[in-house]
Amino acid sequence: MEIELSKVAVSSAHGEDSPYFAGWKAYDENPYDEVHNPSGIIQMGLAENQVSFDMVEEYLEEHSEQALLGKKNKRSSFRENALFQDYHGLLSFRKAMASFMEQIRGGKAKFNPERIVLTAGVTAANELLTFILTNPGDALLVPTPYYPGLDRDLRWRTGAKIIPIHCESSNGYQVTPKTMEVAYQNAQSMNMKVRGVLITNPSNPLGVTIPRSTLEEIFNFVIQKNIHLVSDEIYSGSVFSSSDFVSIAEILVSKNYKEAERVHIVYSLSKDLGLPGFRVGTIYSYNDKVVTIARRMSSFSLISSQTQHLLACMLLDENFTEKYIRVNRERLLKRQQLMVNGLREYGIECLEGNACLFSWMNLSPFLEEPTMESELVLWNSIVNEVKLNISPGSSCHCVEPGWFRICFANMSEKTLEVALERIGDFILKRRANK
Amino acid sequence: MGILLELHDTDDQEVQSPSVELSKIAVSSAHGEDSPYFSGWKAYDENPYHEIHNPSGVIQMGLAENQVSFDLVEEYLEKHSEKALFGKKTNSGFRDNALFQDYHGLLSFRKAMASFMEQIRGGRAKFEPTRIVLTAGATAANELLTFILANPGDALLIPTPYYPGFDRDLRWRTGVNIVPIHCESSNNFAITPEALEAAYETARGLNLRVAGVLITNPSNPLGATIQRKVLNEILNFVVEKNIHLISDEIYSGSVFSSSEFVSMAEILEDRKYKNNEKERVHIVYSLSKDLGLPGFRVGTIYSYNDKVVTTARRMSSFTLISSQTQHLLACMLSDEKFVEKYIRINRERLKRRYEMIVNGLREAGIECLKGNAGLFCWMNLGPFLEDPTMESELEIWKLIVNEVKLNISPGSSCHCSEPGWFRVCFANMSENTLEVALKRIRDFVDKMEWKRGGRKPISGNGAGDCKPN
Repeated sequence: MEIELSKVAVSSAHGEDSPYFAGWKAYDENPYDEVHNPSGIIQMGLAENQVSFDMVEEYLEEHSEQALLGKKNKRSSFRENALFQDYHGLLSFRKAMASFMEQIRGGKAKFNPERIVLTAGVTAANELLTFILTNPGDALLVPTPYYPGLDRDLRWRTGAKIIPIHCESSNGYQVTPKTMEVAYQNAQSMNMKVRGVLITNPSNPLGVTIPRSTLEEIFNFVIQKNIHLVSDEIYSGSVFSSSDFVSIAEILVSKNYKEAERVHIVYSLSKDLGLPGFRVGTIYSYNDKVVTIARRMSSFSLISSQTQHLLACMLLDENFTEKYIRVNRERLLKRQQLMVNGLREYGIECLEGNACLFSWMNLSPFLEEPTMESELVLWNSIVNEVKLNISPGSSCHCVEPGWFRICFANMSEKTLEVALERIGDFILKRRANK
Repeated sequence: MGILLELHDTDDQEVQSPSVELSKIAVSSAHGEDSPYFSGWKAYDENPYHEIHNPSGVIQMGLAENQVSFDLVEEYLEKHSEKALFGKKTNSGFRDNALFQDYHGLLSFRKAMASFMEQIRGGRAKFEPTRIVLTAGATAANELLTFILANPGDALLIPTPYYPGFDRDLRWRTGVNIVPIHCESSNNFAITPEALEAAYETARGLNLRVAGVLITNPSNPLGATIQRKVLNEILNFVVEKNIHLISDEIYSGSVFSSSEFVSMAEILEDRKYKNNEKERVHIVYSLSKDLGLPGFRVGTIYSYNDKVVTTARRMSSFTLISSQTQHLLACMLSDEKFVEKYIRINRERLKRRYEMIVNGLREAGIECLKGNAGLFCWMNLGPFLEDPTMESELEIWKLIVNEVKLNISPGSSCHCSEPGWFRVCFANMSENTLEVALKRIRDFVDKMEWKRGGRKPISGNGAGDCKPN
């Protein structure tokens, strides 16, 4: 008889059976390469930022000595660094992260390095916060559509539940007091205790920032219900126009930090800086207890001290960060325009986006029927015939069928053009068949 | 671990007394920081010894860090800095590396870890890179395995004394219980079939389902390897009960004599990797102790169970190793010349430090358990206790921290059933500092004897039989 594993181990909450990952598998088996495999699958389901890497490389080349081995006596600082496993994290790095987060927000909010808790990526940060804010069986309310990974990150090992706050295209997918209340009641009717709301701002997969007025409504809602608010601002540095982004931190400033102890911001360098491999995430909480506990809990998920040191140097260099943030925004906007305009030429519209590494594309006019099944059929064609891996809205729990998230920053411009051509051919063929 | 910093709010931020609820896990004390293990650290943090700047400060002997062989690592990195730090073709290597977040981990790094683990075991067991799952440290690996092998409320059986961190790592977020397998000095704290059975029955008596046994080999805090015969008995036990076996071999590269370490991998090899045996065995390893790189967060789970490997790999998403670090270490650990030299010299130096401390303690009339591995020794202060009780142990411990100014770890924080034992680390300081520490101990013992009217304890007396070295 095979030996038993835990319920968590055998659960499917790891999420890999979702189409979100099936498309990736297809890509892994037949990946596009401009030279070696020009008819392979183009990966447009991976939200990676590859458009600004040259600036990071340039910085590191200019500062390699300092960044990689430490300023003074190379040996002793390398040794100290390799021994450093304090869960507070390197002070220089916490200062660098706080400063970077301030710059992204144009100085409209301040961040105290003492409230910065470091984790190996936002995947870890979101799970960690869930352990701290919810008991098994409790619910977090999350607006749809949302990042598919949240199903695993918030639920798998924690036993927490996600109750969706359903949003619709009719109002640009805005969260409203009404929809939040519906979700809350929904949870209550299932006997679940609601512990908080988790928003992603700018939104994944929508690629839009949440307006100030909506943020205020969300904040009022969590105060009224006496619950927590987690704001995942992982794409905050990827908003095309700096004035468009309003962080929950700014809302708190405007309220003089009243009720701040229920607010927790999550951030990472994986998207804005394009360094997902380095596993750099952070929790910024306005709640002292949460900071203390999160810090202790981060023992399970610390950032390599080597990486902390490297990035501390880079992010404390304000010349570099100012330039990086500015140029990165410009390039992302350009890419987005390239893709959105390209799609429009074929009669495909996207939600008007102002941020992130992807667009929210509307293929509902091309569905056989306005159903999830039709969406998946269409998606299958796109992956297997058009040879593009894009993410179906159903995997993001979108209530309206026919929407897809399509990434544009993880490839060269040339590859993006190839992808657009393929879409064009596909659309023309469809029209001809009709 | 560092000082618990006070949160200074910026002028604008007013933090109100929290009225919004946190989870049970959040408010539980299973984070373990209220244990004496950590309060000794606080005393050190507040008054740390420094040869020049603070020669009367507290000497940290409660931190199992390996600082004796670092020069070998630094030397290697200096010679290979370009390759190690940037990758062969500078720019594109760096970019690919920074983008790499695949939870399988860099293949080159997995191969390097497998190879390193084989070299440590003198080639007596083979490790397949495809079974290596990477985690940010053994802390993460042990917790992760617990999530996979046990349900909340289940029990893991662990021989005492054990590493205090397990109370947090195995229990805090998982909701799993630890039931101790009590070991005694009368047989050098060896694990016996009787003790295993007794622990199992205790768990069952508490209505706990036993999910597995977790051993640390070589043992922390004993500083001794587990004998082959005992390993076989433990494997027989877990097969009989149809439960799991986790073997934390984090100190495997720090065994003073290469022939003395027997890994659970070798036991499986000897027993021909029988299916119903290997599917329950999972080895944990890390570079924090053997290589002295705790800051880099490099841990691994090596499981012979395919489902566990797959699940652990997925779960490692919550605790991946920085690709930058994987790359650096892959280069270093694939260099067999470096590895051979490092393992050999590290062993020699640790052995030398061990002998220095054990002999120094013996001169003071203090005996230690006969050890052959690790970064610490298991010291017996039983003869010096007022009463053979935990309270007395804590009394003497407070004296040692506050007056002798040495932070050592009391056996009670390791759940030792016999009072009077202490773990004393020797590899996280210079030889000079170790001399200072030994002198302080000698002075302390002399003072204690004077208090008792000059009676010097005879070797072998007192709480438990300890074999002279």
